[in-house]
Amino acid sequence: MAQVGYSKKVMDHFMNPRNVGVIEAPDGYGKVGNPVCGDLMEIFIKVKEDKVEDIKFRTFGCGSAIAVSSMVTEMAKGKSLEEAMKITRKDVADELDGLPSQKMHCSNLGADALHAAIEDYWVKTGKIRPEDAKHKQGQEGEEGESCGI
Amino acid sequence: MCGIYLDHQSCCPVDPRVEEFARHFSGKDFGNPSALHSRGLTAKAALEEARARVAELIGAESPESIIFTGGATQANNLAIRGAALRNAAKGKKLLASQIEHISVLNPHKDLKKGGFELNLIPVDSSGQIDLSSLERLADKETVLTSIMYANGEIGTVQPIGEASEIIHEKGQLLHVDGTAAAGKIALDVQKDGIDLFTLSSNDIYGPQGAGALYVRPGVRIQPVLFGGGQERGLLPGTENIYALAGFGEAARLARLEMAGESMRLQTIRDALIKEILKIDEARLTGHPSQRLPHHASFRFSRIEGESILLTMDAMFNIQVSTGSACSSRTLEPSHVLLAIGLRHEEAHGSMIMTLGRQNSMDQVPAIVSATEKTVERLRALSPL
Repeated sequence: MAQVGYSKKVMDHFMNPRNVGVIEAPDGYGKVGNPVCGDLMEIFIKVKEDKVEDIKFRTFGCGSAIAVSSMVTEMAKGKSLEEAMKITRKDVADELDGLPSQKMHCSNLGADALHAAIEDYWVKTGKIRPEDAKHKQGQEGEEGESCGI
Repeated sequence: MCGIYLDHQSCCPVDPRVEEFARHFSGKDFGNPSALHSRGLTAKAALEEARARVAELIGAESPESIIFTGGATQANNLAIRGAALRNAAKGKKLLASQIEHISVLNPHKDLKKGGFELNLIPVDSSGQIDLSSLERLADKETVLTSIMYANGEIGTVQPIGEASEIIHEKGQLLHVDGTAAAGKIALDVQKDGIDLFTLSSNDIYGPQGAGALYVRPGVRIQPVLFGGGQERGLLPGTENIYALAGFGEAARLARLEMAGESMRLQTIRDALIKEILKIDEARLTGHPSQRLPHHASFRFSRIEGESILLTMDAMFNIQVSTGSACSSRTLEPSHVLLAIGLRHEEAHGSMIMTLGRQNSMDQVPAIVSATEKTVERLRALSPL
């Protein structure tokens, strides 16, 4: 039978989101999305020995936006930064047992917010130059992608 | 625990009395109303009885002015395509309010592809149409104007009588989508000067899959479907007797009970609005007084409507609706909320509560408390 609505995992992460909140003076900070489009996510990371030691998020958005944010923080926690950079949007959606097709783009920005936070850390520590960061703060997740307005 | 259902604008439970009345027509009283034998005549009698009851609900001249359809979408399509194409020789301009239901806007837009010109009548921040724009836009080329009686998303009731005067002075046709209003407020298509009026069965607690178009005597429209000549040839196809018989019974009950029931719901609605507006940065959407008696609609800053809907449902077993983009198939924000001047980010935080026969005043504290907790929970998650 075709899946109707959100998966149980999406609803679990939406109703009981993990790692909600703010990290004061974070090592890295990523913010993607746009309230005009109905989705805005921010991710804070604490880095220790090149690993995501702690991670927190706050999200304005629909059920899947919140579930995606929660899931990506769980997936990234404890991983090395290099590994965390490899987490894709699809990985997050798969880990949530799928997202409705129309939600795959607009609300699936968790991986982008995570990558933006890691790049922010790399810029701050001089590993990459600011212009080499692929994720611009406060911008849409993918280049050229918009919410259609 | 039993939930609290507050989404009557999208679906009403079929009234048990309607179900009891209609079930005979799916069982022992089966028959095709076009057949001349006794079973056919029984079905035909039920169909005509239903037609009379629906006519009475809206103050129609006669039962013959009611064309049964498979729902409001079919009735809207028949009204708009049928009237525009039948009268195309007189002019090729169409008007519709900005906040019409999609089943009104889309047939208009489709006619635009076929060479008609379509203009939209703007609404003010309360959702009422601007009559001076109507006066200006309804030029001599205009053949048909669609204005809904009341809006299902913001509850605003339109000044139909005044709009009708403007349109009829110019000899044009007025189509009114009465889906959200029927059974909630007293309707009189003759007094209001309505030429074409759309109704839905389920919105008055009748079975789904039935609706009606009132066509004022003397108004000519053409069919959009072709077949065996049922419904004066305007909506051919064997009638859904079960649903239509139920529709008739639902119309009878609505007419009997509407005055008292609407007053009861309005009291509950007013209590809900008063309490929910105490929440920080909560705003009413739609008109403060010219609104449907069962309708309370809000917007909350910094949170998103689909999340509101899901939290209210999963955490409190309360079913509400939203005009948020994220809950729609197209991911476009509600055209209604944009038309009343909300910015996109404001339109995302909408919540709609529509009351019905099973709601009561003693549910208000639970609804208000659930709304407060939902808003608080989502704001705690929000970076805004």
